[in-house]
Amino acid sequence: MTGPSQPEAIPGETISLQESRRLAKRHKMGRAWYVLFQAATMVGIIALATLLLKIIDQSFGYVAFENEVDPQSLAVDGVLIEDLPKEALVQILQDNISVGVFRRLESEKPFNERSRSDVYDLVVQRVVEPKVVHTWPLSVSLLQRSSVLAEAGEKYPEAYITFVSWIDPQFVTSPQSSDPVLAGVRTAILGSLWTIMITILIAFPLGVGTAIYLQEYAHDNRINRLIQTNINNLAGVPSIIYGMLGLAIFVRSLGAITSGSAFGVGDPSTANGRTILSAGLTLALLILPVIIINGQEAIRAVPASLRQASYGLGATRWQTVWHHVLPNPIPGILTGAILAISRAIGETAPLVVVGASTFITFDPTGPFAKFTTLPIQIYQWTSRPQPEFRNIAAAAILVLLILLLSLNASAVLLRNRFSRRI
Amino acid sequence: MNTTTGVRITPKNGTYTGSIPQKHAIETKDLRVYYGEFLAVKDVNMKIESRRVTAIIGPSGCGKSTVLRAFNRMNELVPTAHIKGEVCFGSKNIYDADVDPVEVRRRVGMVFQKANPFPKSIYENVAWGARINGIKGDMDTLVEQSLRQAALWDEVKDKLKQSGLSLSGGQQQRLCIARAIAVKPEIILMDEPASALDPIATLKIEELMRELARDYTIIVVTHNMQQAARVSDFTAFFTVDNDRAGMLVEYGPTNQMFTNPHDARTEGYITGRFG
Repeated sequence: MTGPSQPEAIPGETISLQESRRLAKRHKMGRAWYVLFQAATMVGIIALATLLLKIIDQSFGYVAFENEVDPQSLAVDGVLIEDLPKEALVQILQDNISVGVFRRLESEKPFNERSRSDVYDLVVQRVVEPKVVHTWPLSVSLLQRSSVLAEAGEKYPEAYITFVSWIDPQFVTSPQSSDPVLAGVRTAILGSLWTIMITILIAFPLGVGTAIYLQEYAHDNRINRLIQTNINNLAGVPSIIYGMLGLAIFVRSLGAITSGSAFGVGDPSTANGRTILSAGLTLALLILPVIIINGQEAIRAVPASLRQASYGLGATRWQTVWHHVLPNPIPGILTGAILAISRAIGETAPLVVVGASTFITFDPTGPFAKFTTLPIQIYQWTSRPQPEFRNIAAAAILVLLILLLSLNASAVLLRNRFSRRI
Repeated sequence: MNTTTGVRITPKNGTYTGSIPQKHAIETKDLRVYYGEFLAVKDVNMKIESRRVTAIIGPSGCGKSTVLRAFNRMNELVPTAHIKGEVCFGSKNIYDADVDPVEVRRRVGMVFQKANPFPKSIYENVAWGARINGIKGDMDTLVEQSLRQAALWDEVKDKLKQSGLSLSGGQQQRLCIARAIAVKPEIILMDEPASALDPIATLKIEELMRELARDYTIIVVTHNMQQAARVSDFTAFFTVDNDRAGMLVEYGPTNQMFTNPHDARTEGYITGRFG
């Protein structure tokens, strides 16, 4: 501060004017970036919130139903069907549906074994047959209730209006159906769980094993570098390509194994290999590179000093890997696996290629069963022209999200258990 | 390096006659260590006295640690490292094809520059090495003995279940020494064991080294010349030649090395003129 152009320094003040100007500029720069990063985060949050709101908007709302048969007309001696005993309800059923359908219902489960509420549901489904004539989203139902009711009264005088939650216990526990009111996602949930279980069982041990081998055992030579590069590249291959691979290998070439006929346990209807096993194996292939790469990253983060300490005490390579290299990166490995498995649960394209069933109403019975999964079901419903299917698709998306979050939460709990060490 | 007095060994053309085999814990013969093509240390000929503290000093990059790690085959963990010459343990070259490096490392323990306890309990830190080496017997006694020998028992006896990482830096380093002792080695290599510690903790480690020299052969690499002068019975001075290869300049009893070094380079380093 001795230069002639500089302002005279006040005693005790150490920052010159020029310096404070520069400092202000630096702070300004910092603030600009801060705002930019904040904006980026906000965009993400808004996008996510919009998505979620849109789904919830579709999953609830007013629905106008029109009954095929007026329930009042079914009343016996002035007693409404809600209050009729089971025997009278069975009689109504017998009178109003065809003999063939009645016999089929009887053979599914004899009527004297069925509960009253079960029979009542059948009467409502088969005789009263409520049909959806119009649906309103949640936002409209809540905010413009009066105009909804007015519109319904004007356009659908026959209909009655109720507030419907498309996602309810019945939706989760019912199998697929062509009637959106009756359709549920039980088949799809079970299919998803079966598939993901096979995926985890195959991909996790294979992926972690490969990561350990590549990180701890493999020498740095040309072949191993080639393998490493290819694994990195495979992580970026579009999932539909894996679907093709799964179709060619698991469905076509190994059809005898994946359909179970090689073991004599398969169902003849799945003899073409389009089974849960094929789907699980395909998804396992899909997430294998991701698990390997994440596993390697986690293992690489184990400090070299730990390995040296172990070797220095006369531990073998296996003892070092098992006691010191492996316990430390388990949380990291699990995090990678959780992300990969979440991705697999949501995969649709490869399963379409592998041959997920688009319409099955029975539960999968094992790895050799035909299957459908939640994303397939959602994809299927969203492509239907009837608007009600959009509502149940939204409800199925909610179910998928809940399933995903609960699987993730349990995996995170598991991870925290491992990382809580002394 | 022309005179050969006492235990002084000339790096080149040295004779190995006259030594009593039992007295020497380790003997190197024309030891060369390479990292890939690079010659890191050349032609080291040393006889390490049994149950004494031998200090290795020298400027940075002169291969002190490399030589130390050659004594228990730790260099092999670096993929490109390889050695020529011999490192004899008794009459056996530890680099012979029939020698298992795992066995070598059990018998030649190591303590590192930065304390590196396992993320386990204090008890487990000490017991683990013994357990994996198949040492049977009363583990509690072994742990107590090892911790006592490492002068740590009184400080940790009430918290053996606590994490080894919860200790202070000096305590952690003594825990690492206890861990090394527990597998019953004959030699303990120490790679700048006190360089990350405060003076009081350093002093404790130094006292411990003197204490341990009654039962073990100790080889310590240090940057701290006062430390070498304080704790060691013998001192080896390394430096680098023009090809950046490390070489042994002078090796002898510590008091002689510090008071009357034979080599001008040793004198220069010790008096602080270079390095």
